[in-house]
Amino acid sequence: MMTDDLAALRQEAEAALAGAQDLRALDAVRVAVLGKSGSLSGLLKGLGAVPADQRKERGAALNRLKGEVEALLETRKAALEAAALEARLKAERLDVSLPPRPFAPGTAAEGGIHPISRTIEELTAIFGSMGFRVVEGPDIEGDWYNFGALNIPDHHPARQDHDTFYMPGTDAAGQRLVLRTQTSPLQIRTMLGEQPPIRIIAPGRTYRADHDATHSPMFHQVEGLVIDRGITLGHLKGCLTDFLRAFFGISDLPVRFRSSYFPFTEPSMEVDIGWNKKTGELGGGGDWLEILGSGMVHPKVLANCGLDPREWQGFAFGMGIERITMLKHGMPDLRPFYESDLRWLRHWAADPLAPASLHEGI
Amino acid sequence: MKFPLSWLREHLETDATLETISTTLSAIGIEVEGIEDKAAALGSFRIARVIEAVRHPNADRLRQLRVDVGDGRELSVVCGAPNARTGMKGVLAVPGDFIPGTGITLKLGEIRGVKSEAMMLSSREMGLGDDHSGIVDLPEDAPVGASYVKWAGLDDPVIEIKVTPNRGDALSVRGIARDLAAAGLGTLKPWEVAPVTPAYPAPLQWRIADPRACTWVLGRAVRGVKNGPSPQWLQDRLVAIGLRPISALVDITNYFTFAVGRPLHVFDVSKVAGTELTMRMARAGEELLALNGKTYALTEEDGVIADANGAEALGGIIGGEHSGCDEATTECFIECALFDPVRIALSGRRHDVRTDARSRFERGIDPALLPKALEAATRMIQELCGGEASEISEAGAQPAWQREATLRFARVRDLGGLDLPEDEIVGRLTRLGFAVTRREADRVTVAVPSWRNDIAGAGALAQDPSLPADRARIAAEGCAEIEPECDLVEEVLRLGGLDAVPAVSLPVTSAVPRPALSAKQVRAALARRVLASRGMQDCVTYGFLDRATAALFGPAAEQPGTWSPPDALHLENPIASDLDQMRPTPVASLAMAAARNAARGFADVALGEIGGAYRDPAAGVSQLAVAAGVRAGQTTANWAAPARPVDALDAKGDALAVLGALGVPMAAVMLTTDAPGFYHPGRSGVLRQGPKTVLATFGELHPQVVKALGLAGPVVAFEVFLDAIAEPKRRKKGLPDLPAFQPLKRDFAFVVDASVPAEQLLRAARNADKTLVSEVTLFDRYAGERMAEGKISLAIQATLQPRERTLTDAEIEAVTAKIVAAVAKATGAVLRG
Repeated sequence: MMTDDLAALRQEAEAALAGAQDLRALDAVRVAVLGKSGSLSGLLKGLGAVPADQRKERGAALNRLKGEVEALLETRKAALEAAALEARLKAERLDVSLPPRPFAPGTAAEGGIHPISRTIEELTAIFGSMGFRVVEGPDIEGDWYNFGALNIPDHHPARQDHDTFYMPGTDAAGQRLVLRTQTSPLQIRTMLGEQPPIRIIAPGRTYRADHDATHSPMFHQVEGLVIDRGITLGHLKGCLTDFLRAFFGISDLPVRFRSSYFPFTEPSMEVDIGWNKKTGELGGGGDWLEILGSGMVHPKVLANCGLDPREWQGFAFGMGIERITMLKHGMPDLRPFYESDLRWLRHWAADPLAPASLHEGI
Repeated sequence: MKFPLSWLREHLETDATLETISTTLSAIGIEVEGIEDKAAALGSFRIARVIEAVRHPNADRLRQLRVDVGDGRELSVVCGAPNARTGMKGVLAVPGDFIPGTGITLKLGEIRGVKSEAMMLSSREMGLGDDHSGIVDLPEDAPVGASYVKWAGLDDPVIEIKVTPNRGDALSVRGIARDLAAAGLGTLKPWEVAPVTPAYPAPLQWRIADPRACTWVLGRAVRGVKNGPSPQWLQDRLVAIGLRPISALVDITNYFTFAVGRPLHVFDVSKVAGTELTMRMARAGEELLALNGKTYALTEEDGVIADANGAEALGGIIGGEHSGCDEATTECFIECALFDPVRIALSGRRHDVRTDARSRFERGIDPALLPKALEAATRMIQELCGGEASEISEAGAQPAWQREATLRFARVRDLGGLDLPEDEIVGRLTRLGFAVTRREADRVTVAVPSWRNDIAGAGALAQDPSLPADRARIAAEGCAEIEPECDLVEEVLRLGGLDAVPAVSLPVTSAVPRPALSAKQVRAALARRVLASRGMQDCVTYGFLDRATAALFGPAAEQPGTWSPPDALHLENPIASDLDQMRPTPVASLAMAAARNAARGFADVALGEIGGAYRDPAAGVSQLAVAAGVRAGQTTANWAAPARPVDALDAKGDALAVLGALGVPMAAVMLTTDAPGFYHPGRSGVLRQGPKTVLATFGELHPQVVKALGLAGPVVAFEVFLDAIAEPKRRKKGLPDLPAFQPLKRDFAFVVDASVPAEQLLRAARNADKTLVSEVTLFDRYAGERMAEGKISLAIQATLQPRERTLTDAEIEAVTAKIVAAVAKATGAVLRG
C-alpha cells in the first residue's frame, strides 16, 4: 500500500528524472531524493516517529519506493549515457579522405619481425634452395585430412595424444571439423591437388588442448613432403641434415636418426641433434636432443590420396617452429611468443630491412 | 614402461653393459626415457656402527658419535637425530660424497666446537623415501664397512622406456629381451612351461554370447589358495616399476602383464553368481563398479564379462570390484582372453580408463600365447598361494593370425637407402622371429611371428571418396603389395640402427631454384615487412579468444556488442573459457595485446599481425588472410616534433602503405565510410577497388570497444584483406615521363564546407587540366575560429608541367582559373580572400 505522500514523492522523482538532461542534472536529482538530506532519506529517518503498529508497513513501503527510484535512476542514466555517446559520435568527425601524413609514425628501427615469422622465412630460404615450395591450408580442417587420410583411424592410440579441439558442424563433404593438430593435412591436400614429383613445406598454425610451461594451445609446425621416383631414406637423412646444419649455422652439427613410429610414415624416425645439456649450446657436448619426427611416406597415405605406392615414394617430416627458434636463439620460455609484450618483441625481433636470404647468410 | 635390469636379465643372456643396452634400445626404436641407477647415486655410502653416542658438550639437542667405519678407522660425527644411540648400525657418508636428498656435497665440518668427520644418513637424505624422523636404523646383522646399496639390494638400475603405439609386443620385459637379442646383444633365454595336471572340473564355464566382446578365452580355477601378501622379491619388482603390491593373486596378474605382455584377471569364484561367465556387449543402463572405485555407465558398444548378476568387468580394460580377489579368497578363477584392439581403444577412451591391460590390448597382444600364459600363471599361483588347479574352461577359438610377407632384397636399398648383403637381411628377420618359408634369388618370404601384429597386418585404407574409381583401385592394389614389404624393410633397418644408412643430399631439380613462395605468399611476407618498417612490432597471437570480446568485433557495420559470433566458430571443448571462439579479425587480438601492454605501463604501442580472420565454414571459406595493425596512445616525441595522439589517418596510412607495396593501383582505390561497427562511425573508412571488393578497413576503434577492453584511447586499427588483392599484372613498365621544361608550382587556399571531403577537392584540381596539372597536394587545413561557422580552409599546391614550351603568363592564368572553377564546381569552394 502506498500512502498519498509516497505516491506524490514518486511522481515528483519521476518528473525530476525525466527533466534531467545530462548526467550532472541526474546526479542532482539523486542527491535531492536519496542523498543524506534527500526527501526519501528524510522520510526513512522519520520512521521512528511513526506509531509502532504502522511502522513496519510504512518502512516496507519506503524501502520499496527507494528501490523503484534507484531503478528509475539507472534507466535514466543509461539513456543519458547512450544519448551522450551518440552526441559524441556525431560530433567527433574526421575527414578520413584526408591523405595520411607522408611519414609513418614509426620507422624500421622501431618495428621488427616476430621470431616465428623470421624462422619461417629462414625455413623457406633453405628449403627453397633445395627446390621446395611453400603451401598453406586452413586452421579449421576436416578430420579426414587431419587424421583419417594420414592412417590415424578413430580408434588409433595416437588420437588420444593429440588433444584435439573440435568445432561444431561439418564441412561440405560431411567431415567433422577440428582445429588442425598438425600441419600434416597439407601432405594430403598437396597429393590430391597435384601430381608428383612434389617437394613442399607447409609452415603454419596448429592447435592442441594442452597448456603449461612447455605447451601452448596454439603453436606452429612446419611439415615437409617429398614424393618422387627413387627417393630413399638416404635422401631423407641428407635433406634433413643439410637443413639442420644450415639453419643452426653449424656445418658439422651432429645429427642422429633413431627408429620410431608415426602412423603416416614407415620406416619412421626421430631426429636428434648434438648439444650440451648443461650449457644449452648446440653442436658438441655429447648429449642428444630430439628435434623432429620423420619417415618414408606410408603406402596407405599414398594410396589414400590415389598415388600408387609401387610407382611413387618419398619422405615426410614435421617439426615445431617455436622449438627450433628457441634452440637457435637460446630463448628459455615458450609462453611469451604469443603475449605480444612490447619489451620481449623489441628484444627478439628481426630487422625488417634484412629479410632472410641465403646470399646474405641466415 | 619401467623395468629393472635384473628382470631383463631373467629373459636375456647377455654381458652387455647398462650403457650398451640403453643405446641399443634407443637405436632400435625403443626410446629410453630415463635410467634410475641407485648404485651410481648411493654407491659410496657404507654401513657403519655407532661405537658410542653421547650428548654434545655444547648443544642439548645434538649428539656426538664415535663411529666404526669397518676399515679400522673411527670417525667423530655430530648428529641431530633423536634415534642416534650407542650400538646401532646405520649408513655413513664421508666428505666428498654427494647427498641426493639435500643436493649438497658433504664437507668436513665442525659443529659447535666438535669436529664432524662424516654424516649418518636418513632415508630422505638418500632420496629413498620421505622418512626424516631419524637416521636409518639397520638390523644387527648388517655388515659394517659394506656398501649399503649392495647389501640392501638397491643396486638394480631401473630403465624407463617409451613404447610406440605399434609395438604392443614391446610392452613386456620378454618382448624387449627378444628385440635386444635380435639386435645382437645376447640370447633370449628359453621360457618353458610344463602344463599343470588338473585336479577337478572347472567350477565356472565360459560362454561367448557376442563375438564382438571377445574372440577367444581360457580360464581355470585354483582352489585352496591362501591369498596373503606376495613374497618380497615380487613386491620389490612391482614397486620398482611403479606398481603398488596388493595381494599375491593380484600381484601375479600384474607380473604377467609386464613380464610377457599378457594381462590376466582373477575372479573370486565364491563371488561369481552362477556357474557361467559370459562375454557379451553391455546392456543399456548397465553399470560397473570397477576396481579403481569408480562406477562406469556402460553402453551397448562396451564388451563386458558378466555373471548371473550382470557385468563383472569391462573386458580387457578393468575388472569389477564385486568379484575381485581379496585376502579371504580361497578359490580363484584366472581369465586369459583375447579382445578386439579397436573395441578396447574406443571403450577405454569413451570411459577415460587408462590401465596397463588396456594399453596392451589396444595395441594387440600375442594371440598364440594364451595357453602357455595360463599354465605359467597357474604354476605361479600354486607356488605362492598353494592350492590345486581345475580343468581349463574355454570358449571361442584361436584366431587365424598366421600370415606371410615378402621382401624383395633390392627394396632395402631402394626404399631404405642401405646396401645390405642378402644373408644379413634374412638373418635379421629370423633373429626377430620371422621364419623363412621361401627364399628366391631376389626375394624372401617369411612367416610373421604371432606377437608382431603390426607387420603385414590388416587395416583398411581411408581413400578420398572423390578419387576416380580406377585410380583408387590401382593405388589400393599397390598398397596391399608394398605395405608388408615396407614393414619388413623397417624391421631390417631398425635392427642395425639408422646411423648405418648413408645420408644423400636431395638431387637438384633445377640449377637455379624457382621461387618457393606463391604470389599470394609473397604478398603476406611483404605486408609484414612494410608494417615493421613503419614502426610496428610483428605479433603472433592466438586464433581464438573469448566469445564476449569476439562479439565486439563483428565484420558488419553494426553497433559493437550487438553482433553474435557464429556458433560454428565456437569451440566444442575449449581449454579455457577465454579461448572459446575463433576470432573475427586479428584486430581483436591486437587490441587485447595493446591493453595488456598498457597494463604493464606501455600504453603507446604499434602492433601488427599477418594472420587469420575466421568465418563460418558453411559459407565455404573458413579463413581470410588479413594484415592487421593496432596503434594506441601517442607518437614518440622528439626534438623536432612533439608527441601527438595517433589518429585514424595513421591507420589509413598503414593500410595504404601495404596496398601500395602489394601493387594495388592507387588511383583506383575508393573510399567509403561504412566501416565495421567496431570502428568509430565518424572516424573510419573502407578502401575499395570497385564497388564490391573491400581491400581494407581502417579507423579509430569505437569508444565502447575501447572501454570494454580496458584501454584508455585513442586506439586506431586497420585490416587489409590479402586474399582480395588481385595479382598485379606482370607487364613491362612504360618509359618514364621526362619533360624538358621546368615545372612550376601554384598555391591556392579555398574556403569550403567542413563536410566536403578533402579528397573531392584534390581530385577536382587534379582533373582540371590533365595535361598541365601533374600533381596536387594538400599543404594546409584550417578549421579554427577565424572561419565562418561550418567552414574550413583547404590549401593546395598544384604542380604545372609544361610539355611543349615554357608557359606564358596568360596560359598560367588560364590554367589556374580552370583549377579554381573546377574546384568550385565540384565542391562549392571559393578562393579565400
